[in-house]
Amino acid sequence: MSSQEIPEEILPVEQGTAHGAVTVADDPFADPGLPAHKPRVQDIDERAARRSERAVAFLFTLSMLATVAFIASYVVFPVDQIVYIWPFGHVSALNFSLGMTLGLALFFIGAGAVHWARTLMSDVETAAERHPIEAEPEVKAQVLADFAAGAAESGLGRRKLIRNTMFGALALVPLSGVVLLRDLGPLPEKKLRTTMWSRGKQLINMNTMEPLRPEDIVVGSLTFAMPEGLEEDAHDFQTQMGKAALMIVRIEPDDIKNKREREWAHEGIVAFSKICTHVGCPISLYEQQTHHVLCPCHQSTFDLSDGARVIFGPAGHPLPQLRIGVNDEGNLEALGDFEEPVGAAFWERG
Amino acid sequence: MKKLSARRRHPLAAVVVLLLALAATGGLYAVFAPAGKAQADETAQSLAIDEGKKLYSVGCASCHGTGGQGTTDGPSLAGVGSAAVDFQVGTGRMPAQQPGAQVPKKKVVYTQAEIDQLAAYVASLGAGPITPTEKQVSPDGADIARGGDLFRTNCAQCHNFTGEGGALTHGKYAPSLEDVSPKHIYEAMQTGPQSMPSFPDTTMPEQQKRDIIAYVKAVNGEDSASPGGLALGGLGPVSEGLFGWIFGLGALIAVAVWVAAHTAKAKKS
Amino acid sequence: MSTATDTKRKAPAGERVADWADGRLGIYGLAKANMRKIFPDHWSFMLGEIALYSFIIIILTGVYLTLFFHPSMNEVVYHGSYEPLQGIRMSEAYASTLHISFDVRGGLLVRQIHHWGALIFLAAMFVHMMRVFFTGAFRKPREVNWLFGFLLFVLGMFTGFTGYSLPDDLLSGTGVRFMQGAVLSVPVVGTYLSMFLFGGEFPGVDFVARFYSVHILLLPGIMLGLVVAHLILVFYHKHTQFAGPGKTNKNVVGMPLLPVYMAKAGGFFFLVFGVIAIVSAIASINPIWALGPYRVDQVSTGAQPDWYMGFSEGLIRVMPGWEINLWGHTLVLGVFIPLMVFPLVLVVIAVYPFLESWVTRDKREHHILDRPRNVPTRTAFGVAWITWYFVLLVGGGNDVWATHFHLSINAITWFVRIAFFVAPVIAFIVTKRICLGLQRRDRDKVLHGRESGIIKRLPHGEFVEIHEPLSPGQLHTLTAHEQYQPAEIGPAVDENGVRRKVSPVEKLRVKLSKGYYGEDGQIAKPTAEEYKEITSGHGHH
Repeated sequence: MSSQEIPEEILPVEQGTAHGAVTVADDPFADPGLPAHKPRVQDIDERAARRSERAVAFLFTLSMLATVAFIASYVVFPVDQIVYIWPFGHVSALNFSLGMTLGLALFFIGAGAVHWARTLMSDVETAAERHPIEAEPEVKAQVLADFAAGAAESGLGRRKLIRNTMFGALALVPLSGVVLLRDLGPLPEKKLRTTMWSRGKQLINMNTMEPLRPEDIVVGSLTFAMPEGLEEDAHDFQTQMGKAALMIVRIEPDDIKNKREREWAHEGIVAFSKICTHVGCPISLYEQQTHHVLCPCHQSTFDLSDGARVIFGPAGHPLPQLRIGVNDEGNLEALGDFEEPVGAAFWERG
Repeated sequence: MKKLSARRRHPLAAVVVLLLALAATGGLYAVFAPAGKAQADETAQSLAIDEGKKLYSVGCASCHGTGGQGTTDGPSLAGVGSAAVDFQVGTGRMPAQQPGAQVPKKKVVYTQAEIDQLAAYVASLGAGPITPTEKQVSPDGADIARGGDLFRTNCAQCHNFTGEGGALTHGKYAPSLEDVSPKHIYEAMQTGPQSMPSFPDTTMPEQQKRDIIAYVKAVNGEDSASPGGLALGGLGPVSEGLFGWIFGLGALIAVAVWVAAHTAKAKKS
Repeated sequence: MSTATDTKRKAPAGERVADWADGRLGIYGLAKANMRKIFPDHWSFMLGEIALYSFIIIILTGVYLTLFFHPSMNEVVYHGSYEPLQGIRMSEAYASTLHISFDVRGGLLVRQIHHWGALIFLAAMFVHMMRVFFTGAFRKPREVNWLFGFLLFVLGMFTGFTGYSLPDDLLSGTGVRFMQGAVLSVPVVGTYLSMFLFGGEFPGVDFVARFYSVHILLLPGIMLGLVVAHLILVFYHKHTQFAGPGKTNKNVVGMPLLPVYMAKAGGFFFLVFGVIAIVSAIASINPIWALGPYRVDQVSTGAQPDWYMGFSEGLIRVMPGWEINLWGHTLVLGVFIPLMVFPLVLVVIAVYPFLESWVTRDKREHHILDRPRNVPTRTAFGVAWITWYFVLLVGGGNDVWATHFHLSINAITWFVRIAFFVAPVIAFIVTKRICLGLQRRDRDKVLHGRESGIIKRLPHGEFVEIHEPLSPGQLHTLTAHEQYQPAEIGPAVDENGVRRKVSPVEKLRVKLSKGYYGEDGQIAKPTAEEYKEITSGHGHH
């Protein structure tokens, strides 16, 4: 074969032909050839064959019954009926009955067909020849000659100008498709750098939707807040919350190890972004004894008593802190936006 | 029960038995002691405090200090309130048995009456959250859907969507909420036991706590429906994947073995 | 042929229809080649069929689901029949999924069949791929079909991921959020990609509709084409077979498509569908009502992807949080490295066949399958890869492992970090040793016969176990495998005494070949001479 670049003798004797093709009388490992076919019970005993036939018919009949049961279940069981079925628990009667009957109806068809094939259809194994996939040398030569003739007639090799401009045109035309994708979304600009928070915005308790007051928040408690002016039915609520969500805890000021954190807090009340700096999960598994907060998605752990420093896991930088104070009404308010982008890091973050 | 019998040979078992005996003695005393229950509340209260103090000095003082001031082995109890005591002792977490990442839920060693006395004593050490009344924690008539929303905002991050529990750092964990009584759920939110932060009434009003309890009971109660069939622990894709591999693909491979197997040959006769 | 004697005979209706079709489609030619095509019997050859049938089941159920699903992120307030979500704001996508689950009769079942089918589809593809790998069925002429299969697996993963994200529930939304964070980590263009993907900032109002067209049209369309090509090639190449009496590299032994495989394969489709339907009747999957609608500020612990994405989840969880800030730009290695290792894990196994054929330089067709033990290096490599994959799966579920085995999540993470590098190496070494041991046992079996378990006492008091000689068929089967000789660099100088140049690539190839087929790579199979000497010389031991 022409494709073989290395001499045959390096390769092992071809498998399967080693003994089979050239049977050496005294080769103990020679291929004895296909064993003689042994009959099944069904092949020699007509009664056994009948039994198999009845078994197959029985399976097909069971399938029919199961389909009838499927239709009956569909009609009988209300969609909201819950029943207790051991060991599955309190399950939907309809789902269970439809699934079981459909499953059995299908299964019995398959079981019948396979049983039929296994017991009644011929199980004589036969060998079919394989043919090499590679073309015969003359066929290959013919194809190459045809191709050369066709290529020469097209003049593609000779008329370089045509060839080059054609490739140019073909290379450029997909650009139209790429250009059309431009309006999939806006450019990033500064969108990821800013949130809804700004100076004077009150912190709204996510539970009560009321402004938070410092005295509401006790040491060891956990509270979530959003900026004043964001409504749950606003069209961009999710997008804004995805950046502005806040997690508020109170730590004894003496326990806060980070100087800036203490300054940005109000009497030990610290407000950190709830959006993990790893890939943006809402982080909030706050362990009040250690002030560690864990992300449920990838286990980044931050120390809220030390500037939300990363102490474990795949996050690359601390949670941004929001500087807060108290307004004239005695409510907590933001003293500006976050000073760095919230959430996952990105190339332009800097 | 198994857990208990498994710990029969535990080094601290003797201590626990001793405590149990002491508690039982105390309990008997409490039952038979001439109670001035008919008297004014205040008298009853101070009596309870006295009884509680006795129980305290036997069962709790070694770790929390004789006056509840705390030691290296246990935190100060001033200001934790009666709700904290009711939760910790009522769920069997206290008295703690052994050091570890977290004090687990165990069999309760005190009677409710003793727990109330202990709670009364600890409450007298400093004002704190009060044990809720039956009505305060009742899920009846609460808004389940609102509770679900609150649960997903405040609780699901540690306890999972339907309160199956989850992992925290270094072997700590948020326990499953299955079988936890409404009162204890309420007290946990109120007091923030161990790693759990508190959700005081100032930020999560009482009504919302009841909504949350109603939600937990609706989705993780004894009769909670799992319409689709086996809930697989309510853990999501990990258990679903295991089930799919073992029972789905496993069953199909078993079927494939049958389909491909050679049919039995007739025996030579 | 009796056609001449009875030309006026009216052909039966079926034949006339076939004649009509043949005149236009040439079906007789096709049928001649394929109707009695031989397929070999082995359970492991049916793993691909499980994948094929579950794919068909997913398409059927998927079409049904599109009749009711609304791929829209418009906000609605829920007033359906599921009590614990009454009055909650959610997207139309989520609300329509609730509608399918609670108000459409049988809707829940179809959803569950679709999702269970998807998990089983991916699992079956995985196992099928491993079967092909460990038996060397990827060798010439099947390399292209190996790649088709690999592409199907990868596309299946992404089709699964986009489908999982459609209901817009809290779990899948968390997954999409992760994906967005991963996209952001791409240097230079990350933010642009994210904006284009989501039509603006996350989550926006577009992604469900966009994922929908990818999930139901783009990816399944490509997959359908690949599946058809994959099957055509299976027919064209004819199936591989294990070595055995009468089975050569030039034939295929088995039973014909019509009728046996029509019945077996056709029946197997119903069996697969039946099993998946029963699984869907008894086990809940992705109960989105319990998860709640997606809100960017809500999350649940135990947030995982479906199993086939689990290894990528593991990568991302165990990666240390490296981040480099330089010249006002951030290189988010902590996310970007896993994002790059993710395709690498898959590509490593995909390109293996080409590495092996480069090492062996074997350009012949191979239709007889290897027993894994007879190719220790390949088998060890495959097991190492699976180990690698499963270590990452463990990492992806570290929180569930932690709670259920009372372990520290930090300890598991550290374990996975170390095992990521160490476990595949150990698995490689151990597997290779096991393979060599099994080869030795085969050798012994051929030379000394099968251990019968019968103990005999010899006249002088010695106890021996009687070894029964193997049948000629067994002898052939155990010695039919080919054994390569390690490659040599050859003499340093050619016949003219001029120094030959040996490229470093060739040196590497020879080194690898020595590792594969040198003394430590395989046990020489018994030769006829050895066999004769032992059997004729001094009885059985």
